[in-house]
Amino acid sequence: MKIDLTINKQKRTFLVEPNEYLLDVLRRYDYHSVRRGCDNTSCGVCTVLLDGKPVPSCSVLAIRCENRDITTVEGIEKEAEKLAHYFGELGADQCGYCNPSMALTVYALKRENKNAGDEDIKSYLVGNLCRCTGYVAQHEAIKRYLGDES
Amino acid sequence: MKVVNNKTKSIDGLGIMKGRKAYTDDYAEKDSLIVKVLRSPHPFARIVSIDDSVARNLEGIEMVLTHKDFKRIPFTRAGQGYPEPSPHDKFVLDEYVRYIGDEVLAVVGINETVVEKALGLIKVEYEVLEPVLDFENAKDNEILIHPEEEIHEMFDIGFKPKRNIAASYGMEIGDVKKTLESCDYVIKETFYTQAQAHVMLEPHTVNARMDYQNRIIIYSATQTPFHVRRIISQGLEIPLSKIRVIKPRVGGGFGGKQAIHGEMLVAYVTYKTGKSAKMIYTRKEVFESSYSRHPMRLEMTLGADKNGVLKAINCEALSDTGAYGEHALTVFMVTGSKVLPLYNKVEAVRFVGDIVYTNHTPAGAFRGYGAIQGNFALESAVDILCQKMNVNPIDFRKKNMMKEKETSPIFEIMGEGTAGTAMIMESCKLDECVDKGMDLIGWKEKYPRVETKDKIKSVGMAIAMQGSGIPYIDMGSATIKLNDDGFYNLMVGATEIGQGSDTVLTQIAAEELMTEVEKVVIYSSDTDLTPFDVGAYASSTTYVSGNAVLKAAKELKNQMIIEAARILSIDVERVNFDGKEFWDEESDKMISLVDLSNQITYSHEQKQLQVTSSYVGHKSPPPFMAGFVEIEIDKETFEIDILHYVSVVDCGTTINPMLAKGQVDGAIVQGLGMAHFEDVKYAKNGKLITNDLLNYKIPTRLDIKKLTTVFVDSYEESGPFGAKSVGEIGIDTPPAALANAVFNALGVRITSLPITSEKIFREIRR
Ligand code: FES
Ligand code: FES
Repeated sequence: MKIDLTINKQKRTFLVEPNEYLLDVLRRYDYHSVRRGCDNTSCGVCTVLLDGKPVPSCSVLAIRCENRDITTVEGIEKEAEKLAHYFGELGADQCGYCNPSMALTVYALKRENKNAGDEDIKSYLVGNLCRCTGYVAQHEAIKRYLGDES
Repeated sequence: MKVVNNKTKSIDGLGIMKGRKAYTDDYAEKDSLIVKVLRSPHPFARIVSIDDSVARNLEGIEMVLTHKDFKRIPFTRAGQGYPEPSPHDKFVLDEYVRYIGDEVLAVVGINETVVEKALGLIKVEYEVLEPVLDFENAKDNEILIHPEEEIHEMFDIGFKPKRNIAASYGMEIGDVKKTLESCDYVIKETFYTQAQAHVMLEPHTVNARMDYQNRIIIYSATQTPFHVRRIISQGLEIPLSKIRVIKPRVGGGFGGKQAIHGEMLVAYVTYKTGKSAKMIYTRKEVFESSYSRHPMRLEMTLGADKNGVLKAINCEALSDTGAYGEHALTVFMVTGSKVLPLYNKVEAVRFVGDIVYTNHTPAGAFRGYGAIQGNFALESAVDILCQKMNVNPIDFRKKNMMKEKETSPIFEIMGEGTAGTAMIMESCKLDECVDKGMDLIGWKEKYPRVETKDKIKSVGMAIAMQGSGIPYIDMGSATIKLNDDGFYNLMVGATEIGQGSDTVLTQIAAEELMTEVEKVVIYSSDTDLTPFDVGAYASSTTYVSGNAVLKAAKELKNQMIIEAARILSIDVERVNFDGKEFWDEESDKMISLVDLSNQITYSHEQKQLQVTSSYVGHKSPPPFMAGFVEIEIDKETFEIDILHYVSVVDCGTTINPMLAKGQVDGAIVQGLGMAHFEDVKYAKNGKLITNDLLNYKIPTRLDIKKLTTVFVDSYEESGPFGAKSVGEIGIDTPPAALANAVFNALGVRITSLPITSEKIFREIRR
């Protein structure tokens, strides 16, 4: 069936199966930045923004997205660049499989709560697992990004 | 140094953050056939019959593959040097299934839905066999896990399948029994470690297609592209020359991808049908059907004299390799060879044991590679001994541990799968690591414990070593070519898996060529286009592949200088080069690199300057570290809060200090996972209960409070710009450091991993 939605500010029509999840549809339509890491909504690497809120796209049925607004990291290029800058500065990037989902989540946090403290950041991002970095450098980089008003 | 040991950003971070096409599945063909495996519900069974008549005829199903489709060629999934030190005990598909999750058959179809449907329609009749689930009863059990005749070892690894032994090893220096008898203090303790899971966030992924030259092109999320090519060629009898393996960006490996997983089936399907195919492991498959860390039992006996000198170490170990023997012997040997030399003043040391088959998920390579298991046992035992002797565990360590310019006879005796290589510790700042670590954690004020009303704070520590590649076996190579406009291509077989090797190797080339990182364009891990490299394992990339890059850069620089001398009509010795210009002091003659490269490309005496160099280590200089943990334990619930982990590391020069720190931080957290968070549970029938991320808990952001990671000044003469390895060393200390901290807090000794409040509770009740 056909669904209409807005993705990264573009109106598009996707052909989807009724039981298909958003993650699989997005990958099918070449939004490579959205990735799978688990089978039961427990890793966070598939995160997209649905009407501005971070959600795991592996647990959202595509048909539920009719007329809604989706953002993948391709839609927040400038923000991703900024975060990448701080990641680079602090050596917070390793395999990067978790990074695009992180960028989206941190971006959403920034819009919700500019003054997020250490624990707020951790709690907000707790569902975004990372197996490479040990989190500490990421955390510092995220703090710098949140403080960046530019 | 301008580029090396300076803040250099990773070269690929920006594109990755922006979500550019990068990982294996991003390159799968749109029309790829989907390959899925039906997995065994039984820990041990013979497949009596398969009824796939309905499934096969479903619209959209391309084929159903069973063991009858494959010639019986035993191989090992382990990606190691050839001949492999792992037994060839695996078939693509077999009549027997040996663990819950083992491959029964594969279904291939045009999409997931139809393949899933077909899987549900296949009826398999099993003759269910009694499994061996207790690894301590596996050896000489009457149940044989591998009775088949075709399986074999490639050379003597102590392979005795008729006794359920995948490999065995033993060595003794001096006379341990006698020395122990002469000791004033002897302690003996048995330790257990669990089957930790890698949980790299990108699951095992592979896809393949035939190209217009009728060759099979495989994209694989692997740590060892060249080994993958070889193993596929052998297992499927496809000529090596027909196979190209490309490793794109990899989403974490940690040893889990030092083996082939879906590659064999996908390659078969594509080669057979001519159609593109792909396979992505589900997370459950990653847990149940790839491999884990080898669980071990380690019996440690230590003996010391009354002067506080450690005289003897006896380690009898037993390792569970599960259903197949991937990395069985080599992991086991590392448990001895990269742990026991820490205390090199002993008169006698012995390390013996077997690696046995069981009907569990196989075990294989995992960061630390045996050393973390051995370290947990040895560094716990040292604290137990110190307590018995009533000496300070830090003083004891400082007195007995390895120092610079010293050696251990173990290096010569134990290698990985074979004998080792003697070496002197040209760089070893372990004493400095210990001192600095004490300061950073506040040892003097906090040891052994500080009590408040409801909580106890305590500290614990451990020291560790690792290696830098496998001498005389691991080979890395690099090709560097000069382009017009004066920039370079660097082609390496070395395998970037997220650890930052592309960046580090680029820095090494840029430093030697006196240019910027931006002028060196790296391309790695493509069996058609890059020179050979064993891959990302054994902490070898910076040291071995890095040395190859350095060699190539030096040689290319020589060739450029020869060209400059020719163009300037001066003697080679008179050419100065600063990375941008060639000049002669006396005559003022000068040519820029840009002009030189343009000239030799387009106008005069044109030629391509390109150099390929290889490097094989003659030793494996160990990085060293001291790890300190501060914890807080609730007096009632015994809940453990990890407050701070201090790592002080000697890895020689840090080529990229930020990435090196990232390696250590990440490894510490994985080590803490093994030490505290990552419990592995099986049901009675051998089913892995902890087979998803809800049941298997890796540390989250909230669990990690504070990490302090610093490097001491150290220079390893044989390494590129003084570097040793740093990829694995960080994982080794957390289990023992935590066990020691728990003891310092409560006086109870936890001897099995993970260390949980339940275990503490049980111990205290005893
Ligand atoms: S894929 Fe893991 S949470 Fe969606
Ligand atoms: S960087 Fe690899 S999972 Fe986060």
